[in-house]
Amino acid sequence: MQKIGVFVCWCGSNIAATVDVKAVAEAVKHEPGVVYSFDYQYMCSEGGQSKIRQAILDYGLTGIVVCSCSPRMHEQTFRKAAASAGLNPYMVEIANIREHCSWIHKNKDEATEKAIILARTAIAKLNLNKPLVAGESSVTKRALVIGGGIAGIQSALDIAEAGYEVDIVEKSPTIGGRMAQLDKTFPTLDCAACILTPKMVDAASSDKINLYTYSEIEAVSGFVGNFSVKIRKKARSIKTELCSGCGVCTEKCPSKKAKSEFNMGLCNRTAIYIPFAQAIPNVPVIDREQCIKFKTGKCGLCQKSCPAGAIDFTQQDEVVERQYGAIVVATGFKPISLENFDEFSYSLSPDVVTSLEFERIMNAAGPTKGQLLRPSDNTHPHTIVFVQCVGSRDTSGCGKPYCSKICCMYTAKHAMLVREKYPDTEVHVFYIDVRTPGKNFDEFYRRAVEEYGVNYIKGMVGKIAEKNGKLMVQGSDLLANEQIVIEADMVVLATAIEPDETAKSLATMLTASIDTNNFFTEAHPKLRPVESPTAGVYLSGVCQGPKDIPETVAQATAAAAKVIGLLSKDKLLSNPCVAGSDEMLCNGCSGCEKVCPYGAISYIDKEFKAAGKVEVRRVAKVNEAICQGCGACTVTCPSGAMDLKGFTNRQIMAEVDAICR
Amino acid sequence: MQAAEREIAENIIRISGVNPRKCMKCGKCSGTCPAFNDMDIHPHQFVSMVEKGKIKELMKSKSIWTCLSCFACVERCPRNVEPVKLIEAARLSVIRRQGENHLKADEIPALLDENIPQQAIVSAFRKYSK
Repeated sequence: MQKIGVFVCWCGSNIAATVDVKAVAEAVKHEPGVVYSFDYQYMCSEGGQSKIRQAILDYGLTGIVVCSCSPRMHEQTFRKAAASAGLNPYMVEIANIREHCSWIHKNKDEATEKAIILARTAIAKLNLNKPLVAGESSVTKRALVIGGGIAGIQSALDIAEAGYEVDIVEKSPTIGGRMAQLDKTFPTLDCAACILTPKMVDAASSDKINLYTYSEIEAVSGFVGNFSVKIRKKARSIKTELCSGCGVCTEKCPSKKAKSEFNMGLCNRTAIYIPFAQAIPNVPVIDREQCIKFKTGKCGLCQKSCPAGAIDFTQQDEVVERQYGAIVVATGFKPISLENFDEFSYSLSPDVVTSLEFERIMNAAGPTKGQLLRPSDNTHPHTIVFVQCVGSRDTSGCGKPYCSKICCMYTAKHAMLVREKYPDTEVHVFYIDVRTPGKNFDEFYRRAVEEYGVNYIKGMVGKIAEKNGKLMVQGSDLLANEQIVIEADMVVLATAIEPDETAKSLATMLTASIDTNNFFTEAHPKLRPVESPTAGVYLSGVCQGPKDIPETVAQATAAAAKVIGLLSKDKLLSNPCVAGSDEMLCNGCSGCEKVCPYGAISYIDKEFKAAGKVEVRRVAKVNEAICQGCGACTVTCPSGAMDLKGFTNRQIMAEVDAICR
Repeated sequence: MQAAEREIAENIIRISGVNPRKCMKCGKCSGTCPAFNDMDIHPHQFVSMVEKGKIKELMKSKSIWTCLSCFACVERCPRNVEPVKLIEAARLSVIRRQGENHLKADEIPALLDENIPQQAIVSAFRKYSK
C-alpha cells in the first residue's frame, strides 16, 4: 500500500475563494493510502515546497497528491520538490482544482464537493503509480537555420559565437532576404544594405557557419537533440568552387526576358544571373526555364566566355543528409497578392505599385537607379498617394484579419524620403490609424507630418480610376466629412504581408504548429515567444508573426540563446510517460504503427521460447525517445497489449471509478 | 426621448441583422459611395449614429432616401458591416411609423418625370400614403 501525502493549495484566493480548502484536506484524510493531509496558501512557493519536502521525510511518503492549479503550471515544480527529498518525481499527481474547479464555478458548496472528488481521483490514480525513470538521449552539437534573411543570419551568428556549428539553408541563390531589398530602414533611416552586408559577410566567413544557398529542406525526421534532415541542393549549373564571381556570363547572356525577382518584377534580368551585386555567395545561377541552351539546345555563350570553365549544364540537384540537435525556423514573409482588391487598379495601371516595389524604385541600386520615376512613362511624379491597410485588418475574407505591423512606419518613411528628395512633390497618406509603438517611432511619424509636410488624411480610398494618364484617387476624408478625389501621378499600396509559401509544408515536415494565417505558433504567446511547442524547433522573425527589423533581431538572438542552452547539454532527459507494448499480448496487427503521428513504433520479429518450442512472432517496439505519450496507439490496440506508462488503462479506470463513486 | 431613440436604433439593428460595433471607422464605405455628394449624412455616419442610438436626425434626413442600394459599400467594407442594410432598415422604420403620410396626391405632379414608369407611381402611392 502507498503512503500518500495530500497537499491542498489555497492559491491565495484563486482557489480558496470558491473552494473550502480546509474541508477538502479534511475529507481526503481517510482515503485509502493517505497518511497525511495538509493545506497551505501558496504551495508552489519556497515555504510550501519545503513543507512538502519535510512531510516526505517525516512520514516516509511514497507518493504525493498536490491539489492546486493546472499541471501545465507547476507539475514540474512539484516533481522537482519531490525529487529533492528523495522521492521518485513520477510518484507525483496533480488534482487541478483551479482551472477545472474554482475558476469555472461560482457556488462554494458545489465547488468544494467537486474539488474533493478531483482529489479522490488523483489519489486513486497515484495508488497505482509506479516509479518511472526518465530516459536519456544524446545531443548533436549542430544547429540548422532554415532561412537566410536577417533573422536566420542573426540566429546563426549568435549560435556560432557560442562555438557551435550552424548550417543556414536558403532557398534563393543568395542570403540577405527581404532586408537586402530595402532602401532605408526606420526609424534611423540607416541604409539597409550598409547594415546587412557586414552581417552577411560575417556569416559567410565564419568557420562555424555553412551556407546552403539555392537549397531547400526535403525531409525531417528524428526528435529534439537528434534531427536528421535531407537538404536538396538545387542545381545552379555552376561549379561554385571554380566560379570567381567575375560576372562575364551575365553580360554575355542573350536571354533578357525574365522578370527580376529581386526588383519585384519592375525590370528584367538575364537567364544566368546574380540576384544583386552584393549577393553571397557571389556566384550566379542559371534559370533553366529562361535559358536558351536548356530550352533549345542552342547558345551556351556563358560557357564559352567563362574564364574559369565553371559553367556545367549537366549539373544535377544533390540531396544531402545532415544531423542536427536544434532547428531554427526563419522563413520570413511576402506581400499578399492583390487579386481581391481590384478597386485600386493595381493590375490595370503600372503607376499603382506596392510598397516593396516602391522600395526598389527608391533604392539607388534599383530599376531606376534611385530616381523616383513613374513606371508607365519614366516621368517624375508630382503627386503621390499612399494607401494604408491594403489587405490588412480585413475580416471580409478578401485580405488578412491581422495588422501587418510594419506598414504605418514604412509609409511614413517613404513619405518623408520623397518629400526630402523632391520638395516639389505632394504626398498624401490615407490612413485608418497610425500605429507607431516602437522606440522613437511616434516622433519619426510626427516629423513626417510637421517637418516634411506629408498630408495625412483619415479615411480610405474607395476606388482608383485612370484618366488621361493620371490616377483619379477617390476616397473619404472623415475629419472633414467629405469625399475627395486626388489627381495623382503615382499610388503606393501598403500591402499586407503573409508568411512565405514554404511555411505550411515546412510546418508539416517539422510537425510544428501553424495558425490559421500560416504563422508558426509559439509555445506561449507571452512567456515563450521563440519556441515552437515541438521540442527542439525554435522560431525567429516574421515567420512567427509580423514584426520590424529591431524586433526580428531581438527574436533571432533569443532563439539562438535557446538553441545554445539546448546544445550545451551533453544529454537530454526524455519524458518517461511513453507507450510500451506487452509482447506476450501483442498480435502484430500494425494498428499502432499506422496510427502513431510521430513514427515512433516499428515492428520486429522476436523469438519466443515456450514449452520447449521456439516460435518467431512479429511484435511492436516503441522508440521511447521519439514517443510523445499521446496514447493513440494505446486506444487503437485491440488486444490491450499497448499501454501508456504513467497513464495506464487500469489507472484511468480507477479515476473513473473514483469520480462515479 | 433618448430611451425611445435607443429603442428605434435597436429595432434597426434587429431588422437589419447588422452589428454596427464591427465598424472600425476606416471610411472606405464613404470613400466608395457614388451618392456621397448628394447626401448630408454619409454612410460612415449612418453606422456610427445607429451604434450610438442617436438616430433622430437620421430618420428625418433625406440622405437615407438618396442611397442607391448599389451595395458598393458592402463590397468594399473590410469588416462586413453592410451599411446599406442599416439604411434599408432605417427606411422601413420611418415608413412603419403609424399615421405618417409620406406621399400626398397633390405632391405627385411636381415629382413627375417622363422616365418614371406608371407602376412606380402607383406602388409608391400604395406603400407611402396612408
